[in-house]
Amino acid sequence: MNETQEWTTVIKPKDKLLAVDFKELWHYRDLATLFVKRDIITQYKQTVLGPLWFIIQPVMTVVMYMVVFGGIAGIGTDGIPQPLFYLAGTCMWQYFSDCLNKTSNTFVSNSGLFGKVYFPRLIVPVANVTSNLLRFGIQLSLFLIVYLIYSIVGCAAHVNLYVLLFPLLVVMMAGLALGFGVIISSMTTKYRDLQILFSFIVHLWMYATPIVYPLSLVKGKMVAGLDMYTVMRLNPVTPVLETFKYGFLGAGEFIGWGWLAYSFLFMVALIGFGIVIFNKTQKSFMDTV
Amino acid sequence: MATAIEFNNVSKQYRLGLVSTKTLSHDIQRWWTINILGKEDPYLKIGSVNDRATKADSEYVWALKDIDFKVEQGDVVGIIGRNGAGKSTLLKLLSKVTGPTTGTIRARGRIGSLLEVGTGFHPEMTGRENIYLNGAILGMTKAEITRKLDEIVDFSGCERYIDTPVKRYSSGMTVRLGFAVAAFLEPEILVVDEVLAVGDAEFQKKAIGKMQNVSQGEGRTVLFVSHNMASIRQLCKTGILLKNGYVEMRGNVEDVVDYYLGSMKTVGDFNRIGNGAVRVRDCRLSKENISLGDSLDIEVDIESLSEADIVDISFDITDELGKQIAHVSNYDDEFHIPHLSKGEKKTVHCRIKNINLAPGCYMSSIWLGNPYTMYDMVLSCLRFSVSQNTTFIQRITPYDRASKVVLQSQWQ
Repeated sequence: MNETQEWTTVIKPKDKLLAVDFKELWHYRDLATLFVKRDIITQYKQTVLGPLWFIIQPVMTVVMYMVVFGGIAGIGTDGIPQPLFYLAGTCMWQYFSDCLNKTSNTFVSNSGLFGKVYFPRLIVPVANVTSNLLRFGIQLSLFLIVYLIYSIVGCAAHVNLYVLLFPLLVVMMAGLALGFGVIISSMTTKYRDLQILFSFIVHLWMYATPIVYPLSLVKGKMVAGLDMYTVMRLNPVTPVLETFKYGFLGAGEFIGWGWLAYSFLFMVALIGFGIVIFNKTQKSFMDTV
Repeated sequence: MATAIEFNNVSKQYRLGLVSTKTLSHDIQRWWTINILGKEDPYLKIGSVNDRATKADSEYVWALKDIDFKVEQGDVVGIIGRNGAGKSTLLKLLSKVTGPTTGTIRARGRIGSLLEVGTGFHPEMTGRENIYLNGAILGMTKAEITRKLDEIVDFSGCERYIDTPVKRYSSGMTVRLGFAVAAFLEPEILVVDEVLAVGDAEFQKKAIGKMQNVSQGEGRTVLFVSHNMASIRQLCKTGILLKNGYVEMRGNVEDVVDYYLGSMKTVGDFNRIGNGAVRVRDCRLSKENISLGDSLDIEVDIESLSEADIVDISFDITDELGKQIAHVSNYDDEFHIPHLSKGEKKTVHCRIKNINLAPGCYMSSIWLGNPYTMYDMVLSCLRFSVSQNTTFIQRITPYDRASKVVLQSQWQ
């Protein structure tokens, strides 16, 4: 009859390296929004304090930092009030690490679902990064409230025009987490050793990012013959975090457009690479997971 | 007719055993051979036939090997075979859950797969929220689901609980809700794995009816895996029998099911107990597929290995799951074997009349003994299936699946 009609589905052992079906991804956009909704609805079900936990966590973290790093270790904060300084870093880092931890488990924690039905697997990490925005939003409002209180008291930090970069910074944070997470998740399906390795690397990463200390502290410090100031800035999260703190608090100095562009390009390359290997993994991971 | 699905030399290899340093060394070796030396994957050449009972001689096994067939548009194909024959792997490949090792599968139209009912249900969310989530996972858009929501809720019969979290549902209700969503999927090709084996009788009837509508009324292509020969017969036109990863037989569903049931019974592996003084040498059924109301003829060859007084013979008829349904004995017809001398052989004929067992598959064990001892009991050695017709009872809809007998009735 219509033997000439095109095949609509062709399943082969290997696809071309860049065969990401964006049309298909778009078809499943409703699924992404429903996953986001699910994550938000179910996160704090059957807890008494509910979303209040979003607030309690950063508050306790900040108090801890004030005691340990501000008090005991006596690390400065570029003249910014300690709660503001730590809160700014914690909010951003928390968002990054939440996204990263969740996306890096994509295959392993969804294997039940992935084993039964096909949909573009990339939907899951994208939904993860999106649903974490709610938590980030709440923590950011906490930051803004504290900020407001400080400016009423008169101990204002100096907000400047760089604050307008904020949306871009969030996109970069999300992109970096998505990129790294997707790569890690693809690598951990077969050898779980890597999962253990990555989970503490993420943990240590925080100390390689200026959160509990200002970047200015590192200036001129040499460790093992390396200029730590440059090394720190090579960490793609550093420029994002520094720009955020500079824009809202006027802390330290602007890291420079070059470093911000470096971070942005790093993110783009990371996502591109991540999608390619994620795509490669999604075909066969069910046999190895 | 146009071809809806085409399998072209499709194979799937799995690795046995655990992930270990050996896996790593194989992976490195494979990567080296393919990417550096530019040769073919060395592990594709080896791999043994997938027979789960024998000890593997290689770490790699072919779950499917050189599968090659076409399915016409509108055909309903039943895939049967023993556990581990590759049925589920075949469906997994088709539903893109995992990729084939070699070969190509081509299809025309959207493929909807139903390997599990209620995939992705979240216990904390309400029935309604889960309908949306599950529907989207299966590939529907939000607008599509909204349009069909009332029908889905109605079909599931869970209206009262629709705004209650699914964790409060009984397991049966969860299944009904899941199937209801899937029933309203509208793909051109539907892939179904044994999901009908759940839910209560009323719901199973509904589910089978819906499946029949989909295939007959709407002309869609269906691939259906099941161990239930009765529902395979009822739903499918074509049958494919898989054995150890190969297509053993393909053709008219009746022929394939008959062949399969026949191959299940091999004299060599009788599973038996008893002292062996008198033994069953062989047993036969005149017909393995009968219609409601037919008679069933059984022939049993027995042999006495020593002197035996009073040899009674009886049949225990069970359903597919081994649940006892009926007992047939030589006393029922005043038939007796008073004595067998050593080495004596005898063939016993038994006709069971007017079979009124519900449509389905049955097995029978043969028991030889007397009130004091058991000579021989051969377990589940006879298999037969009963199919529905309109001569015994008039109804044309499928018979209730939880019921085991069919009673004739007169109405005024």
